[in-house]
Amino acid sequence: MNIIVCMKQVPDTAARIKIKSDGKGIETSGLSYVVNPYDEYAVEEALRLKEKVGGEVVVISLGPDRTTEAIRTCLAMGADRGIHLKDPAFEEADPFVTAQLLARVISGMEYDLILCGKQAVDDNACFVGPALAEYLGIPQATVITKLALAEDAKSVTVEREVEGGREVLHLPLPALVTAQKGLNEPRYASLPGIMKAKKKEIKAVDAAALGVSADALKQKVETVTLSPAPERTAGKIVPGEPAQAVKELVRLLKEEAKAL
Amino acid sequence: MDFEWTEEQRMIREMVKKFTDQEVRPLAAEIDKKKEVPQALIRKAAENGLTGIAIPEAYGGSGFGEIGYCIMMEELSHGCASFAITIAAHQSIGCMPILLDGTEEQKQQFLVPMAQGEKLGAFALTEPGAGSDAGAIRTTAVEDGDGFVINGSKIWITNGGIADVVILYAANDAAKGPRGGISAFIVPTDTPGFSVGTIEEKMGIRGSNTAELIFEEMRIPRSQVLGKVGEGFRNAMATLDYGRLGLGAAALGASKEMLRLSITHANERKQFGRPLADQQIIQFYLAEMGARIYAMESMVYRTATMADRGERFSRESAMVKYLCTDWQDWIVDKAMQIHGGMGYMTHMPIERFYRDSRINRIFEGTNEIQHIVIARELLKKGEY
Repeated sequence: MNIIVCMKQVPDTAARIKIKSDGKGIETSGLSYVVNPYDEYAVEEALRLKEKVGGEVVVISLGPDRTTEAIRTCLAMGADRGIHLKDPAFEEADPFVTAQLLARVISGMEYDLILCGKQAVDDNACFVGPALAEYLGIPQATVITKLALAEDAKSVTVEREVEGGREVLHLPLPALVTAQKGLNEPRYASLPGIMKAKKKEIKAVDAAALGVSADALKQKVETVTLSPAPERTAGKIVPGEPAQAVKELVRLLKEEAKAL
Repeated sequence: MDFEWTEEQRMIREMVKKFTDQEVRPLAAEIDKKKEVPQALIRKAAENGLTGIAIPEAYGGSGFGEIGYCIMMEELSHGCASFAITIAAHQSIGCMPILLDGTEEQKQQFLVPMAQGEKLGAFALTEPGAGSDAGAIRTTAVEDGDGFVINGSKIWITNGGIADVVILYAANDAAKGPRGGISAFIVPTDTPGFSVGTIEEKMGIRGSNTAELIFEEMRIPRSQVLGKVGEGFRNAMATLDYGRLGLGAAALGASKEMLRLSITHANERKQFGRPLADQQIIQFYLAEMGARIYAMESMVYRTATMADRGERFSRESAMVKYLCTDWQDWIVDKAMQIHGGMGYMTHMPIERFYRDSRINRIFEGTNEIQHIVIARELLKKGEY
C-alpha cells in the first residue's frame, strides 16, 4: 500500500509567539519548530497501516531549509522517505498555493491513501487537506477519529466527529483523510529511529522541477494584519454560603455573561 | 571550533524532552513518594532507545556517543532525578565497563541486551570500608579451576536491587591493592550466591534503588572476567570518567529546570504590588543562575566532544562533576529562596529537586575526591 502523509512544520506549541512590527507575520528568530501535532496522528496511522499490510510511507512537506528536521523526525518515527518542497519562491505560499503544489507533486506518484492533519496549529486554516483532495479529484473525509482498511485494501471506513455525534463514512481508494486527536497515540521518534533516519532519502523538489510558473505561486490570500489574542482576565470568585453563592452565580451567568 | 548542534542532536533533545514531558515529569512526585520507578516507565524508555543512546549500533545502541548521552541526561533531569539516575547507573557505569574492556563475546552476550534495555545494569565498587578509597575493597575473588569464587559485600549500589547484570570489582590479590590486585567481573544477578541485602532509605533520589549486595561462595566463570585479571581498578576509574561527565549533564538539566520555574514564579508572584522579577535582588539571583548554567553547559559539551574524539578526559570530567554539582546545589537553593514558602511545600517540585541534588556532590567520587584528581593531573603536567 502506498501511503502519503502531508506534514507541516509549525512553531513549538509551547513557544511564545511575537508579532513582527509590520503586523503581517511572526518573529521567527529563536523560535523552535515541531511537527504539527495533528500531522503526527496522520504519520502514526500511516505507519500502523504499513505495519499491517506492508507498503511504503512517504512524507511530503513544504517549507524552508529547517523543514528537513521535521521530515527527518517523521522518518525517525518510521516513514520510509521524504519529499521536501523547497524553493525561495515557495516561501510566501498560502494554503491555496500549498495545496496546488502538493497536488502537482502527488499527481505524479502512485498512491492509495493520503493522510493529513485536520489542521496546522499555526494558522488553523484547515484548508490544505480538503483542497488537495479536490485538486486530485479523490474522495475525502475530514476530522477522522477512526480508520479501518477493508479486507481487499480497496476502501476504508472512517469515523468522523460531527456536532453531537459521529458519522461513519466509506471511501473507495485512493482517498484523502485528515486526522483528529483521538485517532491514535503517536509513537516517539525513537533514538534508534533517529539513527536510521539519517540514511533515509529526503528528495528536495523546487519550482523548476514542478514546472510551476511564478503566476501560479501568487498568493490568493493576503494577510492584512495579525494581532495577539487579548490577555485573559482573572476569573471571578463568587463568595458566600453555597446556596447563596449559586444564586449569585446564576444571576451573573444570566445578566453579566449572558450565557444562560 | 563549531558549537552548532547537528540535526540529529536537536532531534535527540526534542525527543527526550517530549518523553520527559509526557512520560516522566507527570510521575516524578509519585516516584519520589513511592520510592520506586515503575517498571513500565523503564520499559518505555528501553523501547525508545534511552537505555543505549551512547552504545554503538553494533552493540544494540543508537551510537550517539557522549554528546547524545549528555543531551539525554540533561532533558531527563528536567523531570525526575530518580529516573534519570536509574538510566545513568544502567548505562553510563553499568554498560560502559563492558564497552570499554569487554571481549566481542561478552559484548554480544551482555552489552547488546543491556543497551536494548532488556537487562538493567549496575556498577558495584563501593564497600563499607572502601568509599572514596576504592582501592581498599575487601570483597575477594579467589581463583578456582576455570573461574573465581567471590565472597564479600557491596553497599549503596544504585540499581542494585533491580539490576539483571552487575559489574563487580573484587580483590584477586589484596596485597597488590588497586594496581594489579583488583579485577572486574560481569555478574548476572541470578548467579547462585548472589543476593540483595538492605534497600536504603535516602534523603533524595528516593525512587532510585540503592541496595546492599551480598556474595557468598559465588562462582564466576573465567569467561565473565572483564578485561585482564588484576586490571579491574583501571576499568572502574575509566568508567567513572563517563559517569562523572553524565552527572554534570544531569546537574545542568536540573539547574535549567530550576531557572525556568524561578523565572515563571518571579514573573507571576506579586508582592508590594509588583512582580518579584522587578526586585533587583531577584534579578541578580536569576542572572547568576543563568551565568553559571552557561558555564556548566559549555564545560559539559566540550568535555563530551573530547570523550567522543577518544581523548583522555579524566581531569575535565572531574572538573565538570565538581563544578556542575556544586553549582546545581547553589542554583536549587536560590530557586527555593525565590519561591519562598511555596518552594518549601511538597506540591511544588522545588523541595524534591533540593533533596535530589544533594547526592550529586557525594556519589561517583565526592567533590573532594574530584579536587584530588584535578590537582594530581595539574601537578603531573606542571601547567594548565
